[in-house]
Amino acid sequence: MERIPILKLGPFLLVTIQIDLYDRVALNLENDLITMVSKTGAKGVLIDISAVNIVDSFMGRILGNIASMSRIMDAETVVVGMQPAVAITLVELGLTLQGVHTALDVEKGMELLKTKIDIQYGSLDEDEEEGPDDRTD
Amino acid sequence: MDLTSQLLQKHKKRILEIWMQNQLADVMLRDDLMTNDELRRQSEELLEALARAVTSGNLDNIYSSDYEQITEILSDISITRARQGFSPRETGMFVLSLKQAINAVYEQELSDKPAELYREISTINKLLDNLSIITFETYIKGREEVILRQTDEINEISTPVIRVWEGILALPIIGTLDSARTQIVMENLLQEIVNTGSSIAILDISGVPAVDSLVAQHLIKTVSATRLMGAECIISGIRAEIAQTIVHLGIDLSNIKTKASLAHALQLAFSMRNVEVRKINRTPMSGLGR
Repeated sequence: MERIPILKLGPFLLVTIQIDLYDRVALNLENDLITMVSKTGAKGVLIDISAVNIVDSFMGRILGNIASMSRIMDAETVVVGMQPAVAITLVELGLTLQGVHTALDVEKGMELLKTKIDIQYGSLDEDEEEGPDDRTD
Repeated sequence: MDLTSQLLQKHKKRILEIWMQNQLADVMLRDDLMTNDELRRQSEELLEALARAVTSGNLDNIYSSDYEQITEILSDISITRARQGFSPRETGMFVLSLKQAINAVYEQELSDKPAELYREISTINKLLDNLSIITFETYIKGREEVILRQTDEINEISTPVIRVWEGILALPIIGTLDSARTQIVMENLLQEIVNTGSSIAILDISGVPAVDSLVAQHLIKTVSATRLMGAECIISGIRAEIAQTIVHLGIDLSNIKTKASLAHALQLAFSMRNVEVRKINRTPMSGLGR
């Protein structure tokens, strides 16, 4: 049975999808990921889909589900590296993934997650040394 | 050889003269688009081909091989005329005035035989009517080709994605947004976002003449797709009339960042990327980004 590895990285969970997601794998991922969030108390989930070329409404819904479930468990979700074709497909399907944060690549996604968590909790103790985050100018 | 073709062969010269006279006397003559010699050459060629085609005795079916040459000549003439900018009326009159010329000659020749005159005239009328329909068909086809080519050209040149700053793309949209163009705009923009790793895209719609609910829908789609890629989209260049239409149509753009001008959008983009542009006193002309 194919499974997608979920890596723990500090307060975040990192998922890199490198195969085409078919329904069973996607459902498993949803399950595993939520279990991991509750087990580790992760504050953020980062899903890299830069290698995914084909997407359908089911997969779009799974991504939305993961985000909503994580939010209930108090974790932010960032989807990174979506291909143009995938983005156009999702929009045409009417799935704009409201509530899911997005970023261009893993690096920017990580930064985004850090700022999101900063805003919620103030500066994260040893993870962040960049000083207080006030980008309100 | 029947009477029709005999008459045509015999009086070719006279018909041509009368036809040319008719054409040159027409107030709508376009000697600016075509010289009289050229017109004469075309007319002669067509009449020659007609006389030859009629010899076959086939006067009804213009889709048979006897008329292949003449339809070819007619298509050539009308397509060239469409490209040269002749009006439909002028193109149609070219064939129809031949009918008048032939009728005039027949009337003189057969003035003492009304029954034959009637038969001949109605035969030739039917034939030339069919030919003028062909002229029209090809004329319109020629025009459509011109339109299609122009549409393609517009699509190709009208969607440039400009990199205005590191990480900031601008996309000025000029002309009406329909589904096909939105698709091209969206694909270009998203591909450029991937290529340059830009996180902000400015969509300038000051060149869009009108925004209706469909255009707004397309804009919203583009913005959503950009967001899914992980970039932010700002819409700029919203004129007063467009703002009014959007509100009157009840389109909700509240989730989208909108600015009145490209300059304001750029300013917002700068502040989003924590970039500052300021004047340096020493060299008053240069603005420097830091």
